[in-house]
Amino acid sequence: MTAAAISAAVRNRTADWWRRSIWVDHLMLAIRVVVAVLVLWGLAGGIAAGTYSAANFASFAMFGLTIGSVYALIALGYTMVYGILRMINFAHGDVMMVGSFAGLFAASSLSGAGLTNDAPLIALPLVLAAGMAVGAAVSVAIERVAYRPFLHVRSLAPLICAIGLSFVLQYGARGLFGTRNRAYPGFGWMEGTVQVAGLTIPIPQIVAFGAALVVLAGLLAIVRLTPLGKAMRAVSEDRDAAALVGIDVSRTIVFTFAIGGAMAGVAGVLYALVFKQITVFMGFFLGIKGFAAAILGGIGNLGGAMLGGLVLGLAEALGPALLLEGYGLPAPYQLKDVIGYGMLVLILIFRPQGLLGERLAAKRA
Amino acid sequence: MRTLDVRDLTVAYGAISAVRSASFTAAAGKITAVVGANGAGKTTVLNAISGLRDVRAGRIDMDGQDIGALPPHERVRAGIAQVPEGRRLFGRMTVAENLEIGAFVRQDRAKVRQDIERILVLFPRLKERYRQLAGTLSGGEQQMVAMGRAMMADPSVLLLDEPTMGLAPQIVDLVLEAVQAINAQGVTVLLVEQNAYRALEIADQAFVLETGEVTLSGSGEELLSHPRVRSAYLGHDA
Repeated sequence: MTAAAISAAVRNRTADWWRRSIWVDHLMLAIRVVVAVLVLWGLAGGIAAGTYSAANFASFAMFGLTIGSVYALIALGYTMVYGILRMINFAHGDVMMVGSFAGLFAASSLSGAGLTNDAPLIALPLVLAAGMAVGAAVSVAIERVAYRPFLHVRSLAPLICAIGLSFVLQYGARGLFGTRNRAYPGFGWMEGTVQVAGLTIPIPQIVAFGAALVVLAGLLAIVRLTPLGKAMRAVSEDRDAAALVGIDVSRTIVFTFAIGGAMAGVAGVLYALVFKQITVFMGFFLGIKGFAAAILGGIGNLGGAMLGGLVLGLAEALGPALLLEGYGLPAPYQLKDVIGYGMLVLILIFRPQGLLGERLAAKRA
Repeated sequence: MRTLDVRDLTVAYGAISAVRSASFTAAAGKITAVVGANGAGKTTVLNAISGLRDVRAGRIDMDGQDIGALPPHERVRAGIAQVPEGRRLFGRMTVAENLEIGAFVRQDRAKVRQDIERILVLFPRLKERYRQLAGTLSGGEQQMVAMGRAMMADPSVLLLDEPTMGLAPQIVDLVLEAVQAINAQGVTVLLVEQNAYRALEIADQAFVLETGEVTLSGSGEELLSHPRVRSAYLGHDA
């Protein structure tokens, strides 16, 4: 094709689009252009300003991966419950909070015995186990109270019940533990930093990221390789058909909540490992982040939840320095949530199925 | 070989009875056909037997054992498998995975492998599609997978809900031949069909379900020549 033919074809396509499109399409296009310009402008400005070195960006990225892996762990709980029930568990964030507090109490008593300082490699798994166990237990209780009674009815009642339980957990914890920040005890040598390829990285970040990867790998192994995983996939596709091949649907749902709760518990402990302190309100804001990550990746999709968590974490960690700095804002890091949630809104508008999700129509084969 | 015995089965959706005091027997090793119009309660009967619908009254016995209180997955263990209406495959799993998950309740791995081979002999077409996603198959092929999946539970009683619905005539032949082949292996068959003629042709016993009640029963041949069946379900003048 000659250049003239190509430009004619392009002109035709453009004219065609212009004829078919309505004002909503024009508005959407305008939003895309504005976002792209803002991002590029910020990027150019940020790089030109040169406030941060490459090493700075590398450590931002490492921090983003760490917090992203925590988001991913939370997101998995949302996405698994959605996959199997087509419903959001709004109390999930508070499961994480309760798991984090369980870890705190375990860590405090281990710290009293001197274990956290002398043998962090023994203490941390125990603390994680406490968070997992309590997270799983609370999650199963939520299933029993808010979801099981409505298993065979189409209704929004489970969502309302879950929101109610979210408040019960949050205010219950508030009454029991108070609203002040609670400090996690240190884990001995894990509190230091290491030099990797010229970067100084805090060890807790490496430990948290590594632990998250191990847990994620474990989850994938369960879903792909065990009968329970097969049952979960079958129930999420067609509950009645699953029952007809002999799968215990209720039990599968309970296990799904348990696994999601255990991962939320791990997330709560790892968050505390990195940030050193927790509050009873963390369930809300981290829960929303995990939910955003699940949507970002494509809700119902396990790989999507993992990817969504990491992308959200990276965007929050790199975005302020990379994009907002270029606008000369005084405190760009305070605006990290603007980038995180701005991304969520844009994804919902332009790619509602998420990064890895399928279009809803294709979901039911 | 097992006998399925249903006594005075009543199933209701709210105030509306879908099945009213229905009694029938699917005799051991035989094919029993259920004939009836749309909405007569045929699917409801099968789902009640499988445990997917709560029963208001009545008994469901297998060889004299009441299974009516068991949850659905326990009934599969007890030997009842269903090929549901519309096939209901796991569309995002492969044919192989659908067959394997059919054997969910079984522990005898070696026998499961053999049974998969047997199903691929029964439906050679599935060999070519073995690693394909079940959702991408044609209707006839999906029906074969659905029957194969149910057979993988190694059932003694097989419930089939409209297995020929929407299929081309040659495929209908293939499916019904497979039903007879399965039955010849000693599996008791309860076959629900809209295609009354084809169902009665291969049935040993049959009954007619009208607005939730059993109104006629007899051998397949008897019903084929019964004037009411002929006029209502076979499109002949009475």
